[in-house]
Amino acid sequence: MQRIGVFVCHCGTNIAGTVDVKAVAEALKTEPGVVFSTDYQYMCSQAGQDIIKKAIAEYNLTGIVVCSCSPRMHEATFRKTAAAAGLNPYMVEIANIREQCSWVHKEVPIGTEKAIILAKAAVAKVNLNAPLTPGESPVTKRALVIGGGIAGIQTALDIADAGFPVDIVETKPTIGGKMAQLDKTFPTLDCAACILTPKMVDVAQNDKIRVFSYSEVTEVGGFVGNFEVTIKRRARYVKEDICTGCGLCTEKCPQKKVPNEFNLGMDNRSAIYIPFAQAVPKVATIDPNHCMKLKTGKCGVCSKVCTAGAIDYEAKDEFVKEKYGAIVVATGFNPISMEKFDEFAYSQSKDVITSLELERLMNAAGPTGGTLLRPSDHEHPHTIVFVQCVGSRCEACAEKGKEYCSKICCMYTAKHAMLIRDKYPDTEVYVFYIDVRTPGKNFDEFYRRAVEEYGVHYIKGMVGKVSPEGNKLKVQGSDLIYGRQLHIDADLVVLAAAIEPDKSARPLATMLTASMDTNDFFTEAHPKLRPVESPTAGVFLSGTCQGPKDIPETVSQAGAAASKVIGLLCKDKLTGNPCVAHSDEMMCNGCSTCEKVCPYGAISYVDKEFRMPDRTTKVRRVAVVNEAVCQGCGACTVACMSGAMDLKGFMNKQIMAEVDAICK
Amino acid sequence: MIKVSYFPGCTLRTKAKQLDLYARKCAEVLGVQLCEIEDWQCCGGVFVSNNDEIASKLSSVRALIAAKEEDRPLVTVCSACHNVIKQTNYQITNDESFRNRANLYLSQDKEKREPYSGETKVMHYFELLRDVVGFDKIKEKVVNPLTGRKIAAYYGCLLLRPGKVMAFDDPENPAIMEEFIRAIGAEPVIYPYRNECCGGYVALEDPESAKKKSNAVTNSAESHGAELAVTACPLCKYNLVQNGSNIPVVYFTELLAEALGVKEDTNA
Repeated sequence: MQRIGVFVCHCGTNIAGTVDVKAVAEALKTEPGVVFSTDYQYMCSQAGQDIIKKAIAEYNLTGIVVCSCSPRMHEATFRKTAAAAGLNPYMVEIANIREQCSWVHKEVPIGTEKAIILAKAAVAKVNLNAPLTPGESPVTKRALVIGGGIAGIQTALDIADAGFPVDIVETKPTIGGKMAQLDKTFPTLDCAACILTPKMVDVAQNDKIRVFSYSEVTEVGGFVGNFEVTIKRRARYVKEDICTGCGLCTEKCPQKKVPNEFNLGMDNRSAIYIPFAQAVPKVATIDPNHCMKLKTGKCGVCSKVCTAGAIDYEAKDEFVKEKYGAIVVATGFNPISMEKFDEFAYSQSKDVITSLELERLMNAAGPTGGTLLRPSDHEHPHTIVFVQCVGSRCEACAEKGKEYCSKICCMYTAKHAMLIRDKYPDTEVYVFYIDVRTPGKNFDEFYRRAVEEYGVHYIKGMVGKVSPEGNKLKVQGSDLIYGRQLHIDADLVVLAAAIEPDKSARPLATMLTASMDTNDFFTEAHPKLRPVESPTAGVFLSGTCQGPKDIPETVSQAGAAASKVIGLLCKDKLTGNPCVAHSDEMMCNGCSTCEKVCPYGAISYVDKEFRMPDRTTKVRRVAVVNEAVCQGCGACTVACMSGAMDLKGFMNKQIMAEVDAICK
Repeated sequence: MIKVSYFPGCTLRTKAKQLDLYARKCAEVLGVQLCEIEDWQCCGGVFVSNNDEIASKLSSVRALIAAKEEDRPLVTVCSACHNVIKQTNYQITNDESFRNRANLYLSQDKEKREPYSGETKVMHYFELLRDVVGFDKIKEKVVNPLTGRKIAAYYGCLLLRPGKVMAFDDPENPAIMEEFIRAIGAEPVIYPYRNECCGGYVALEDPESAKKKSNAVTNSAESHGAELAVTACPLCKYNLVQNGSNIPVVYFTELLAEALGVKEDTNA
């Protein structure tokens, strides 16, 4: 028989406001097994914990029930308290009488009655608890960063700086991500390439960092400290270790009509290409969809001109298997498609562009060499209209846009407007906005400069329609402050397209069993207190895969994710969760149902010899749980038809005892 | 012969007789029987966006019930009637309080009916052509293709908006009328103002504003090379002809009749 202590917390007035805590403590005194019951203002405080410790010693308690907040909040605290008093930490049960009781009820009698029932259920469970000891698992001291944009680069550099090896997996032929495509960065207007490319070079030169470019993660197994990851290295038809990046092949390649994705299709590249001058790794890649040699077998020019002999038309995709202790997701974002926003005539006119396209049009390495020219006729635009929030904050257009604010557009639009007015003072610039949102250090000052010093016309209101007429774009918009309709004959219209997570994020989340929100942004373990960790142990989040962010924020989050990874990799061993599944081999009939439902691949089957009552030996197939891999989700215990599978700490009989106590 | 219930609407009996006449004639050629519902009343007209007003929408509900009793879709030709009836049907399907109140009103009628909750499918004549007859079938039946004629499809707003309720076509970049124009052998002219408002009833109290809107539409169509504009809406036609420029505006059913060879006076 257990000797159980019950400790009811007031949580200030959080619980005591709607639950008569004294009545709860009193009612529990007569429950079977309970030998001590009390209440206190803050059970989690040092004084509260001392009450628990003292009671354990004085009443020789074998189990305790703390009636307080959610176990997510303080279960670990009270387990430590119990351990300090010599009690097995798994003899502690939490009855959540705050989130599931006092916070959702308004009347004291109802709150009190429910709190008593919840506490009784916890007591019923503790009566059947058994001491559990967690196992330990080793930590592979290597990290994986998925995505090689500024977020992934910064995370990798910080982890490597602490002395741990890191691998970056990037789907594009080079690292650099979106930041490499930007012209200037707000609010200081330093050139993006000037601050990014040194970091890319650092990555290339750091002997702790390996870059798997033109590669993707195809399989993730294992668990925190011991992930096993398969990386597909797509065939680039150029030997990475031999290519010197001289670029001769790209000049001689006869197929030069391939839309250049780095310049968002606004100019062309050759079939063998290096995305941009500062690419890392600086090696050529053959685009198999456009290479004549690979498509028809006729050509081979690049192989003839390559003095290093790096071209390999026979190359095949390779698969690399590697072990990692931690995984950082840094898959980034993309602007949403503008195809469905026909009111802005994006697909009808070349002169309606997105802001990212404008970045390339203003960049010295872009299709126009940095001179702002209209894509249609290469004329200087004299009237430019910016439309903000295209697809952002768009509740009514959920099928084509996003409900959330994309956060970066107000600032980059102010940047574009200011740069254009600075370089081409004869150009009139209009910005249509819903709200201007510029919180951030030196951000509002930046926006005000655009309005006050550079004379950008900010108009509160939305653009209803853009119609191409001749070589003009007729813009109809509303000016909500003056209450009038505006008609502007523009030469160029720039759409601040909403941003969305990269399409690779959703399948990756499935592989990692990491959760996502409805917008496909990765969910953090706690929105305020654990913002860079995913709820899945060992998986961390960096950059815009978690939500829209600008560069300063991305870099801070990247560093934070790195420090969490370093903290994990510093450990030699990880303490596991002892609440794992366990199969009773005498009852198991080897049906494989549990193996099929296990999301972690923790269950396998072995043939085992059994002595039968008639003194014969029989070999039977039975389930075995790998305790290091099992996460204790309990799916197998529900699926098991013979009742052989049980979850330690949450055994079927314990759950039933709780249900009985509630229904009594 | 496919049978559908047909709601002509008041304007089609007065100002827009050709719209109705040729809708009927063409339907016959295309193998569709338009069964005019008995004792139909005005659709309720302009009051559709008035959410707390029920009485003005009851006539639409009665028409919907009449079609339900025959188990047929309800077809309209007039853009405005189509808009009102579709919106009313949407509201009665999705808004429980409106449904209950409307049915309560109708239970006071002399004829007793089952409560109605949006079972009837409402179709514009264009949707009938696209989804039931098929533009490819129309092409086969054309005896007098309008080859070489550059025609501007004028959608206006009532056919398309609100987009979710009408579910007629993409409100920003529709295609159904252009497909129709191609089916009768002519060449559609795509111009930016084809889905802009003609000025609507604003013509009554602020004719200048309405004139601006109509002019913008006709100018846009003409500058893109159209020789003729086609519409499904009597009000649009009125505004475009009264306030717009000189481009001729005709109902789509007239063109269809011409192409199918059932128009009486081809010079009209």
